[in-house]
Amino acid sequence: MHVPDGFFNAAVSVSAGAVAAAGVAVCLRGARRELDDRTAPMAGLVAAFVFAVQMLNFPVAAGTSGHLMGGALAAILVGPYTGVLCLAVVLLVQGVFFADGGLTALGVNITLMGIVGVLVGWGVFRLVGGLVRGRGGVTAASFLAALVSVPVSALVFTLLFWVGGTAPIDMGTVAAAMGGVHVLIGVGEGVITALTVGAVLAVRPDLVYGARGLATPLVLRGAEGATTVEAERPVATGAGVRPFLLGGIGLTLVLAGVVSFFASSSPDGLESVAGDKGFLDRATGHLFGSWALADYGEVGGIPVGVAGVVGVGLVLLIAGGVAYAARGRAHAREKAGI
Amino acid sequence: MGAGHHHQLHLPGDSAVHRLPPQCKLLAVLAFAIVVVATPRERFWAFALYAVMLAAVAWAARVPPAHVLRRMVIEVPFVLFAFLIPVIGLGERTTVLGLSLSVPGLWAAWNILAKATLGVVASILLAATTEPRVILLGAQRLRLPGLLVQIAMFMLRYLDVIMDEMRRMKVARESRGFEARDLRHVPVIARSAGALFIRSYERGERVHLAMLSRGYTGTMPMIGDVSASAGQWAVALILPISALAVLGLSL
Repeated sequence: MHVPDGFFNAAVSVSAGAVAAAGVAVCLRGARRELDDRTAPMAGLVAAFVFAVQMLNFPVAAGTSGHLMGGALAAILVGPYTGVLCLAVVLLVQGVFFADGGLTALGVNITLMGIVGVLVGWGVFRLVGGLVRGRGGVTAASFLAALVSVPVSALVFTLLFWVGGTAPIDMGTVAAAMGGVHVLIGVGEGVITALTVGAVLAVRPDLVYGARGLATPLVLRGAEGATTVEAERPVATGAGVRPFLLGGIGLTLVLAGVVSFFASSSPDGLESVAGDKGFLDRATGHLFGSWALADYGEVGGIPVGVAGVVGVGLVLLIAGGVAYAARGRAHAREKAGI
Repeated sequence: MGAGHHHQLHLPGDSAVHRLPPQCKLLAVLAFAIVVVATPRERFWAFALYAVMLAAVAWAARVPPAHVLRRMVIEVPFVLFAFLIPVIGLGERTTVLGLSLSVPGLWAAWNILAKATLGVVASILLAATTEPRVILLGAQRLRLPGLLVQIAMFMLRYLDVIMDEMRRMKVARESRGFEARDLRHVPVIARSAGALFIRSYERGERVHLAMLSRGYTGTMPMIGDVSASAGQWAVALILPISALAVLGLSL
């Protein structure tokens, strides 16, 4: 999925570059927390591992084979921040030293495969891992994390293509094709990610970042039968879901605000199909057509970018309200002792 | 599409292009790629001029065309996609060789093919004339975060070691009669990947300890000066500035 030059227009390439730079900057700080002064050698070696594992072809069906993207795998094994860094460095090296992926598309590639892939993978992993405890839970969560992260990256690619792609293709077709193919790839990615994490867990469970806290605490037994339980090593804080939630919100806001400024004003796929087939004039005005935000700011005189940010804010408010209500109910149930 | 990264692109030499400081070349290639992407796709002659410029650079750097062509294989998956666009594209249709093709789709395919090819050739020329380690030094001069440069340096330095580990495991598997044929063999591959991760991680820990014992404090010492003179900048910027002139004419 290494995007070459010329696939996206200059505006989207530059915006995605800004998003990628911001994401990598955040991850550089986060990785120092995960690895402190070991960051450079450890992340470098893990990046080399990701690079190598991407070449590991596995048979999918008769005659065809796929290879790992490794976003979810890196996040689970070494933590999300280091994972994003490793993927970003792998893409940088592939782009500059191997001419794989265009230089102007480097931002798009890092955003798609590095930031979105790792972020979604880690989010799903934490979500599922929180529900099912134990080693089986880690394996199941790894499978689902890799399975979900691949098609989501593909769909974000489709979204970017819709905003600033250079080809006149019906976006519904692209989304369906990309999503369908990448669900299949995702199944392969999920199987091999889960099995790889399982293999590492069996030998060195302390190395799996996502399985921290699973190890049984060290128990020292004295000669007189006295036992002392060694305090568990503190798990690195700040690696929970919250920073990723905040990062995701920031990313969405930047994309909605910056990218939509540049978005082409030509009709999108559906509208142009509608125009071709002559049923555009049959469409009646939307119920909220007179709203300032209708049609993303083309009506009420609000700039497109601002409308994008406001829209994202509204969606977040609604989603947050729903989540808060659900949490409040869970809290009440806990208090009642059910 | 990460397959086929085995051989390095670097081609040792002593041409004027080889001797330019890395930061100048990096910036020149990046600026060139941006200019190419920003060029309207209807200007065929502009793309022809860009190609002539790259050919001139290749000639000045004494990079044989075969070296560039062999590496352009990396583009193939997207070339296939580009050929698909006219078939599934929307809009006005025309008939070529009995096939009904979309006119905007043909434009889009040409756009992607031309720009991606020029970008790939520019990247290949950069990688062919500059040592990977030196490119990273140049990136550091261009204010890329030091930690990121260090990570990339460690990756490059140990890439061959890790790849060799993987190759040895492959030889060991195959010498025991293993051949990955279908999905049932995935667990074996996955266990190899797990073992490879543990070996990489443990090697990283050893490397870190070795560095500490040699006085590592978090930054790498800079050996050798890669600063650029104004003249060298001027030489390097010939490429993007002439491309910019072509863009200006084509608008």
